[in-house]
Amino acid sequence: MRRLFAILCCYVATSLTSVHADEPMTTVDADPATLTTVSPLPSDPVAEPVSVETLLQSLTEVKLSKALPVLKQLESLGGVALLPMFKGMLEGDLYFVKSSKEVVMISTIKGELTAQGVLSKQPLPGVSKNQLKKIRVNNKLRGFLRQAIARLQISHPDASKRLAAVQALLTHLSDETIATLERVRPQEQDEDVQAMIDLALALHQSDSADPAVRLAAVYVMADSLESDARNKLVKIIEHDTDPKVKAAATKALKQINEEIEFYGFIDQLFFGLSLGSVLLLAAIGLAITFGVMGVINMAHGEMIMLGAYTTYVVQLMMPNAIEYSLWVAIPLAFVVSGLVGVLIERGVIRHLHGRPLETLLATFGISLILQQLVRSVFSPLNRQVASPEWMSGTLDINPILSLTLNRLYILAFALLVFGLLLLILRKTSLGLNVRAVSQNRDMAKAMGIRTDWVDAMTFGLGSGIAGIAGVALSQLTNVGPNLGQAYIIDSFMVVVFGGVGNLWGTLVAAFSLGVANKFLEPVTGAVLASIFVLIFIILFIQKRPKGLFPQKGRAAE
Amino acid sequence: MKLKSIAAGVALSLGASVISISAMAAETIKVGVLHSLSGTMAISETTLKDTVLMMVEEQNKKGGLLGKQLEAVVVDPASNWPLFAEKTRELLTKENVDVIFGCWTSVSRKSALPVLEELNGLMFYPVQYEGEESSKNVFYTGAAPNQQAIPAVDYLANDLGVERWVLAGTDYVYPRTTNKILEAYLKSKGVAAEDIMINYTPFGHSDWQSIVSDIKKFGGEGKKTAVVSTINGDANVPFYKELGNQGISSEDIPVVAFSVGEEELSGLDTKPLVGHLAAWNYFQSVENDANTAFIKQWKAFTSEERVTNDPMEATYIGFNMWANAVTKAGTTDVDAVEQAMIGQETPNLTGGVAVMNKNHHLSKPVLIGEIQDNGQFEVVWETDGVVAGDAWSDFLPGSKDLISDWTSPTKCGNYNTVTKACSGSN
Repeated sequence: MRRLFAILCCYVATSLTSVHADEPMTTVDADPATLTTVSPLPSDPVAEPVSVETLLQSLTEVKLSKALPVLKQLESLGGVALLPMFKGMLEGDLYFVKSSKEVVMISTIKGELTAQGVLSKQPLPGVSKNQLKKIRVNNKLRGFLRQAIARLQISHPDASKRLAAVQALLTHLSDETIATLERVRPQEQDEDVQAMIDLALALHQSDSADPAVRLAAVYVMADSLESDARNKLVKIIEHDTDPKVKAAATKALKQINEEIEFYGFIDQLFFGLSLGSVLLLAAIGLAITFGVMGVINMAHGEMIMLGAYTTYVVQLMMPNAIEYSLWVAIPLAFVVSGLVGVLIERGVIRHLHGRPLETLLATFGISLILQQLVRSVFSPLNRQVASPEWMSGTLDINPILSLTLNRLYILAFALLVFGLLLLILRKTSLGLNVRAVSQNRDMAKAMGIRTDWVDAMTFGLGSGIAGIAGVALSQLTNVGPNLGQAYIIDSFMVVVFGGVGNLWGTLVAAFSLGVANKFLEPVTGAVLASIFVLIFIILFIQKRPKGLFPQKGRAAE
Repeated sequence: MKLKSIAAGVALSLGASVISISAMAAETIKVGVLHSLSGTMAISETTLKDTVLMMVEEQNKKGGLLGKQLEAVVVDPASNWPLFAEKTRELLTKENVDVIFGCWTSVSRKSALPVLEELNGLMFYPVQYEGEESSKNVFYTGAAPNQQAIPAVDYLANDLGVERWVLAGTDYVYPRTTNKILEAYLKSKGVAAEDIMINYTPFGHSDWQSIVSDIKKFGGEGKKTAVVSTINGDANVPFYKELGNQGISSEDIPVVAFSVGEEELSGLDTKPLVGHLAAWNYFQSVENDANTAFIKQWKAFTSEERVTNDPMEATYIGFNMWANAVTKAGTTDVDAVEQAMIGQETPNLTGGVAVMNKNHHLSKPVLIGEIQDNGQFEVVWETDGVVAGDAWSDFLPGSKDLISDWTSPTKCGNYNTVTKACSGSN
């Protein structure tokens, strides 16, 4: 009897905490204090007898809208033991066997489906997907699960897990959570977690009736960049009656806002550099074919597209090794796009040498042919290219500044490609020949350089680099027949702005256009920002027709 | 594809003379299909062309209409807006089609509209759009804003407790009009101006870093925030990818989209999108016998991995209604069919019955679904009954007094209930 009572108490308590933790705030409330009033409990569809087994059973039958009370009971009854189940449910890996109603977690190891009983922990041999049915979740349940996981992980052995748990609880602090936090605070060894718990307690204490306690809480919050702390400070400034607390909060808020502004600037700079790196990747191949060879290649964008499709095909062929697919795709995309480039040069551009207008029209035609080819082979729909696990997520520097990993990798990758290309042009015999031919074709010919061969190789190199850009872009945007068109204009803009025939110019131009675009965007909006950049380039070219870094000497004439 | 359509075009024009002679012997009812098969919109519109072809094939199996076989005439306006007008004229004057199923973007519809009205053609338009239009010659089987945008906002406010709104859209007529309506609607519900953030981006925008970071900041100020997205087609993939990368989950800031359906998701790794929302009148996942049969038929007609979506259902409803109206009128004459259309009822695929109203818009149920990791939607909310499509929004000052009624005696697409006058133009 006593045990039952305890369970009931526990259930009511957790339900209470979760009720205002998970029920979205109604539109009228303003004061958090009113939130602590108790809302009526949701009616309980599974009254008696309550055990984890029966609860799990009912989870397989209950409607999506009625699943929340079941989960709440599960949390209070099952506790830490059900943590893996909650995580699995959040990830959408929780299923049940249609015939026996046994709840299982599924995982796919080396392309093979394995199912494990949640309670029995025993693997179920030979289960196929159509014998299983998914236990569905919606946003409300996901919100609850995340909170429940946080509550259960508060004493996890891993400090980073504890930190994440406390952080997740910040937004919905209930008396229950505060009590738990107060209990674990003295045992906490990790400094970061200590600070986070202190912040949580301070957020709670800032509602205290004693001005001295509130003042102390404000001092704690002043050192935090968490948005919950900032929002609380704003509220204190609006509502607090004590002038001392108010003054401290105002000062703290000012300091926080200054810091936010600073990190916001860094954030924007990173966005600009990242856009610049994409522009650099797209333009750098063109800088060779257009800049060094002087060929206006309208099919350059399609070389990028071919690279992206190569990534798609590679992923199709190695579905179980997506993590490594990019490393295979990069050289392959270089080869595919490079070969197509050599073919175009040998087949078309060679015959139009010295006739830029015809070259432009012919390559434009080629670009249309390639697009339609891809449409016919792969369908006009976009293709799905997966991102490897190591490329997703963020590098968290502090609560307001986090850099996305995929952008960071692409930035590094762009610089790497740039460096390699520079090395090829400076240090290899191919590079020497390319530079010789681009400076004076006839003289180079007279010196015994096979200009035909050099032309084909240069074009192949430029196209190959475009293919590599395609691999990187497949991680950021749509892989579809129109992928190339989106980048061709930008690429030309970068090359012309940087100065035709100058790789360093391309680098500077790409990054400065990227950064300028990103700093304009918040002020003018995305549409106007790109218009302004375009107008700027037009004006700039009027003033300096040869770009930022014009080629000097006789070769330029 | 292009070669094929050129070849088809040549064959058609060669065959045209032959057909007109043989027309005496075996008369057919001609169904024009005006969907882009090349260019940027091909991604969405080819599906609808296939849907019409499938419906025509099925109708012919049932014995055609009025004792005649149906014949589809497919043209390719190539995502080129002025070409839509030319192709419409070609279909109506050269091919003499009895009905046209076509258009996707509003600008293509606006381009075809004057030709349809001049030559008194009949068109079925199957895509959700911004409203503010009602033509005698067009039936709108997609959703009007009050059948998609308004219910979605209501759901977010009432069920998820959203108080701050980001209205993000691509920079063209549909998002701009829809957002204008939504802004007026939200303000009428007491949402303050500083709790609404409006953002437009160009077509095919791919660098969402700063916008997503702004949304994150906007949503981090203590009030529950949601994004109402009218972002079009291609730009969605990088948008959702960026949301995932910056760690914005659907519980923190849900995104409800009006242009993202099963077809768009099929080119996408949906793992990071799970839980984000979309509002439509149809989802493939809805379990219903009619829907199961339709999906089976579609997969048999195309291929196993193809999905169905809302504009396909709108095409399905439009085609069935047209077939019924022709049977009822006993002729394919445009004016007779137009009058017979009004009041037509046909089962929709999600259960229930779609009704064609006097304003040439449908009454349909509205569903809200959450994206699942298999690229399908799970319905989380639906309207109790059907919602009647409203051609002229009640929330815009310029159109709140206007109604559309194509029955006698009004017979007007934009009748002003205050001045009691029909302005004539639409």
